[in-house]
Amino acid sequence: MDALDVLDLIWLVPTLPAIGAVVLLLFGKRIGEPKSGYLATSLMALSFLGSVAAFFALGSLGSEERHHVYNWFTWISSIGKNSDFTVSFGFLADPLSITMILFVTGISTLIHLYAIGYMARDPRFSRFFAYLNLFAASMLVLVLGSSFLMTFMGWEGVGLCSYLLISFWFERNSAAVAGKKAFVTNRVGDFGFMIAMFLIFSKLGSLDYATALPAAPGLSQGTITAIALLLFVGAMGKSAQFPLHIWLPDAMEGPTPVSALIHAATMVTAGVFLVSRAHVFFDLGGSANDVVAWIGAITALGAATIAIRQNDIKRVLAYSTLSQLGYMFLAVGVGSYSAALFHMVTHAFFKALLFLGAGSVIHGMHHEQDMRRMGGLKRAMPITAGTFIIGWLAIAGVPPFAGFWSKDEILAKAWFSDVAGGKALWAIGLVAALLTAFYMSRQVWLVFFGNARYDSEGDHAVNPHESPMTMVLPLVVLSGLSIVGGFLSLPFTSPNLEFLVRWLEPSLEGASHIEASSFGLGFALSVGAIVIGITGIAIGRRVYSGGLAEDGTDPVETRLAGFGKVLENAYYIDAGIAKAVSGPLTGAANFLTDTVDRRLIDGAVNGTGRAFKELGGGLRRVQTGRVRSYALGIMLGAVALLGWFATRVDF
Amino acid sequence: MLASTVVVERARDFPLLTFLIVLPFVGAIATMLTPKHRPEWAKAVAFLVSATTLGMSLWMLAAFDKATHGYQFDVSHNWIGNLGVRFSLGIDGISLFMVVLTAVLFPIGLLASVNEPKFKEFATWMLMLQASVVGVFAALDLVVFFIFFELVLVPMYFLIAGWGHGNRAYAATKFFLYTMAGSAFLFVGILTVAYLYTKSGHALTFDVGNITEWISTDGAISTRTARLLFLAFAVSFAVKVPLFPLHTWLPDAHTEAPTAGSVVLAGVLLKMGTYGFLRFAIPMFPAAAHYFAPVLLTLSVVGIVYGAIVATMQPDLKRLIAYSSVAHLGFVVMGTFALTTPAILGGLFTMLSHGLTTGALFLLVGMLYDRRHTRLIADFGGLWKSIPVLSALFLVATFASIGLPGFSGFVGEFMSLLGTYVTRPWWAVVATSGVILAAVYLLWAFQRSFTGEPTGENVGLRDISLRELVCVGPLLGLSLFLGFYPQPVLDRMKVTVEDFMGHLENSTGYIEPESPNPEPVDVHNDSPNEEAASH
Repeated sequence: MDALDVLDLIWLVPTLPAIGAVVLLLFGKRIGEPKSGYLATSLMALSFLGSVAAFFALGSLGSEERHHVYNWFTWISSIGKNSDFTVSFGFLADPLSITMILFVTGISTLIHLYAIGYMARDPRFSRFFAYLNLFAASMLVLVLGSSFLMTFMGWEGVGLCSYLLISFWFERNSAAVAGKKAFVTNRVGDFGFMIAMFLIFSKLGSLDYATALPAAPGLSQGTITAIALLLFVGAMGKSAQFPLHIWLPDAMEGPTPVSALIHAATMVTAGVFLVSRAHVFFDLGGSANDVVAWIGAITALGAATIAIRQNDIKRVLAYSTLSQLGYMFLAVGVGSYSAALFHMVTHAFFKALLFLGAGSVIHGMHHEQDMRRMGGLKRAMPITAGTFIIGWLAIAGVPPFAGFWSKDEILAKAWFSDVAGGKALWAIGLVAALLTAFYMSRQVWLVFFGNARYDSEGDHAVNPHESPMTMVLPLVVLSGLSIVGGFLSLPFTSPNLEFLVRWLEPSLEGASHIEASSFGLGFALSVGAIVIGITGIAIGRRVYSGGLAEDGTDPVETRLAGFGKVLENAYYIDAGIAKAVSGPLTGAANFLTDTVDRRLIDGAVNGTGRAFKELGGGLRRVQTGRVRSYALGIMLGAVALLGWFATRVDF
Repeated sequence: MLASTVVVERARDFPLLTFLIVLPFVGAIATMLTPKHRPEWAKAVAFLVSATTLGMSLWMLAAFDKATHGYQFDVSHNWIGNLGVRFSLGIDGISLFMVVLTAVLFPIGLLASVNEPKFKEFATWMLMLQASVVGVFAALDLVVFFIFFELVLVPMYFLIAGWGHGNRAYAATKFFLYTMAGSAFLFVGILTVAYLYTKSGHALTFDVGNITEWISTDGAISTRTARLLFLAFAVSFAVKVPLFPLHTWLPDAHTEAPTAGSVVLAGVLLKMGTYGFLRFAIPMFPAAAHYFAPVLLTLSVVGIVYGAIVATMQPDLKRLIAYSSVAHLGFVVMGTFALTTPAILGGLFTMLSHGLTTGALFLLVGMLYDRRHTRLIADFGGLWKSIPVLSALFLVATFASIGLPGFSGFVGEFMSLLGTYVTRPWWAVVATSGVILAAVYLLWAFQRSFTGEPTGENVGLRDISLRELVCVGPLLGLSLFLGFYPQPVLDRMKVTVEDFMGHLENSTGYIEPESPNPEPVDVHNDSPNEEAASH
C-alpha cells in the first residue's frame, strides 16, 4: 500500500465520527451511559489515528506532490450546452488540511474523553455525544473539502452542531435563545460566503480548489478584492470577528466541553482556515487585506478590554478567544498565513486547556461560574490549578510556553510587513498582549489564589473537589502540549526550526514571505513582548493577589469608574445591534404583514369578491349559490376578457 | 437482474399513465360505494388504490429512460374528434418527479387522516384529487390539461370546506375564486392559441407539441400577440404558484385546510403553476418569456424576501409555513426565468424538495394540532421536553426547510441561486438574503414552541405514534438522501432541460452564457500583483 492508497482512505476520517453520530442518534438511549461516551471517544481516537497515517503518507511524498484529491462520488452536476456546474463529494489532502485534521481530531478525542466525566448523569448523555461526533465529522468535512461547496457543507454542519450544543440544555430559555442567535448571526456571514461562491463560479467556472484557485490571478483587481471581502464576511461570522462577534459570548450557555471544542479550539478557527485555503484572493486582494488586518486588530484589542471586566469564568475566556482570533486575522491581513495557522494550533492547545480547566472548576464548585464567589481553589483542586497555570503562562506570552512563540511571530510579522500601518497594528497587538496577561492573571488569582469567597458551611455549602480521572487526564495532556506546542515552529532559520512554516509551504504557495530586516531588531521585539507579558502579570498580581473585598468589589471597577460599566456591557454593541436591527425590522415586518398583506393586497381581493357577490346576489341569494354566483361572475369576466383580446390580438 | 430488466421493459407497453389517472378515479367511486356501516371497507379500498398507484409510479420511475429525448409512456386517443381534442398523455424530465411525488404524498396524506370524521367521503375526494393532479402533469393536449387543471379545484374545495378549521368557508371560497379568476385567463389564452393555429392553415388541434412547435417559431404570430398570450398564461400560473402579489389565498387555504389537504396543496398543487411555466408559457412564447423575464424575476425575488418577512410575524404555525412556501416557490420561479441550465434544474429540484420538506412540516403541525387543538405558537412551549421524538423530527424538518446542506432544499436553492447569479447577479444577491431570513423565522418559531420548560397543557402529551412516524419518516429520509445524492434525480431531468434550452435557442437565438474556462495562471512569480494587473 503506497502513500496514495493511504490518502484515498481519507474519507474514513470524517466518516468514522459520522457513523458514531448516526448510531448514537438512533440507538443512543439503548447504548446508554457511559458506553455511548466510550463509543464516541474511540471512534474519534480512530479518526485521529487515521489522520496520523495520512500525515505520514503525505509527508512521504515530495513537497511538490503533496496535493491529493480523492473524489468519492459526484455530488451535484448540471451540464448544459454552454455551462458546466459539477461538484464532487471530494476530499483534498494537502499540508494545510492534514494539519487541520491532526489538531481537530486530536483535541476532539481529548475533549470527548473529558466530557464522559463532565456530562455524567446528564439525562441526555448519549445525545450529547451524538452531537459531538456530528460536529467532529462536519468540521473534518469543512477542512478536508476539495471545493468551496464541500467546505460550505461542513461550514453549515458545524453551525448546526453549534446550535444544537449551545442550546443543549434547552429547558433554559437563555440557552435556546443563544443557540438561535449563534446560528442566525452565522447566517449573515454565510450570505457573504455564498455570494463569494457565486462570483467565483461566474468568473472561474468552477468551485473546485484545484481548478479555481490557480486561475484566480487572471481576474481583474476589483473582482479579486470583492471575492476576498465576501469570503472574509463569511469568516467573520464563523470566527466571531467584530461586529459579528456578538454570538460567541452568549454561546457560553453550552456545556463547557462544547465551549472548549467548538467555541475555542476548532470551529471558530474555520474562518482563518477559509482565508488560508483561499489565500490567493487575499494575496492579490489589495485593500481587502487592510480590512482584514484592522478588523482583526479591533477585535483583538476590543475583546481584551472587555475581558477585564467580566466576572463569569467562562465569559472571560470567551472574550479572550475573540481577542486571540483577532490576532490570527491580524496576521492574515498582513500576509502571514503561517503565523496565523501557528497561533491557531497553539491557541487550540492552551485555550482548550483553559476552558476545560474552567469546566473542572465549575464541576468542582457545583455549577458556580462567578469568579467573585471563588478563590483559593488551588488547595482543593491541585491538578486543575497546576494545569490552568500552564495555560495562563502560555496565553500571557511567557517563554517557553506555546503562546509566546506564536504571538511573537504575529507581532513580528506585523512590524516587518510592508502593509500600510503595520507598525500601528503591531502596537495594538502589543497593548492587547499586555491586557491579555493582565486579565488572565486576574482570573488565576481570583479563582485559585487569595481568599475563599464561597460558602463552605450552611445549607448551600460548596465543597470544591478535584475532578475525576477522565477529566484530569485531558488537562494534563493539553498542558503538556501548551508547554511544547511552540516548538512546532521556532523562529530560527539556521538551523531551520520553522517546521510548521516549511510543512505548510506547498499549501500557501505564492503568499508573501515577510522577513525580519535584521536579527537584532527581531530579537529586541521579542524581548519587548516578553517584558509586556511579564508586566501584565505583575500588575495583575499587584491588584488581585489579596483577592477581593468581602462585598466583591473589584479594585479595577472603582478605578475605571463609568468606563468600567461600558466594558462590563461589552461597549453595548450587542444591545445596540439588537436595538438597531430588531426595532426597524419588526416595524417593517409588522407593516408588511398588517398593512400591505392584509389590508392592501387582501383588501383588494376581498373587495373584488364582494363586488362579484353583489353582482351574483342579484341573481340568486342562497348560501349554496354563493360559489355558483361567483363562478358566473368569473364567466362574465372571461367573456369580457375574450372580447378585449379580440380587439388587441393581431388575428 | 435480467428479470427486472424485463419488468422494466414491459412498463413501456403498458398504459401506465392512463392507469395512474383512471385507477384513483375508479377507486374514488369504489370507496364512495362502500357501505356506511363498514367503514373499514372504505379504508381498505382507499389504501389499496393509493398503494397500487404508488407502486405503479415507482415502476414508471424505474422504467424511465434518462437518455430519451421527448415524452415517454405517451398515449394518445381520439376524444372529441371534431374539435381536434385528443386524450394525449406523456411525461418527461419536467413532469416525472411531479407524478411520482403525487403518488408518494397521497397515501401519506390518507394515512395521516385515518381519524378524520367521515373518512369515506374524505378518501373519495382525496382520490379524485390525486387523479386530477396526475392528469395535469401528464396531459399533452391543451384542453385535457385545462380540464384537469380545473377539476383539481373541485375536490380541493370540498376538502377545505368539509374538513377544514374555523374559517373554512371563507378560505375555500377564496381559494376557488382566486384560481378560477386565473383560469379565465388560461381559458382565453388556450382558445386564442387554437384559433390562431387553425387560421394559419393547420387542422384544428390542441396538441401541445404541434402548437408549441408552430407558435414558438419566429414570425408565426406578431410580437404583441405573443406577449399578450404569454401574459394570459402567466397570470393563471402565477396565481397557482402563487407569485407575489397574487398569494393571499394561500395562507388562508393552508391554515384552514385539513392536514392532508395542506400537504398535497403545498406538495403538488402549487407546482402546477411552476410546471405550467415550464411546459406551456415559456416553450410556446419563448421570446415573450425572455422579454418579461425581468418582471417575473423581480416578482419572485420580492416573493422570496416578502414571504420570509411576513412569515416571521405569523402567530400561527401553519400560516408561517404557508408564507415560507411563498418564499420557496420564489426560488423555483426565479430559477426558471433566469434561463440557465443550473437555475432551471435547481428550480425543478426545489419543486420536488419543497414537496418533501413542507409536506413533512405540515404533517408535524397536524400532529401537534391533534394533541393540543391549537396551532398558535404562543400556546406551545417546552414541547421538546414533553414530546422529544416528535420535536426532534420537527427540528429536522425545520433545518431541511431552512435549506441546510445535506438536505435536498440546499441543492435546489443553491443551484437556482448560482444559475441566476450568472445572468442576473443582483436578483440573486437579494434572493440570497432569503437564506438568512429562513433561519430567522423558522428557528424563532421553533424556539418559542419547543424549547424552555413545558407548562400547562404542554405537559404530558403523547409522543409520536408508529403511524405518524410512517407518515413523516419517509419524507425526511428522502430529503436527506437527496441532499447527499441528488444525481439520480438530476440525471433524469437533464435531457429535458437540455431540450428546453435548445428549443429556446432555436426559436429566439437566446444562448445561455458560456461558463468561463480559464487557464491556471502561474503564481510562482515573484511579484504576483503585477501578474494580476497585466490581465
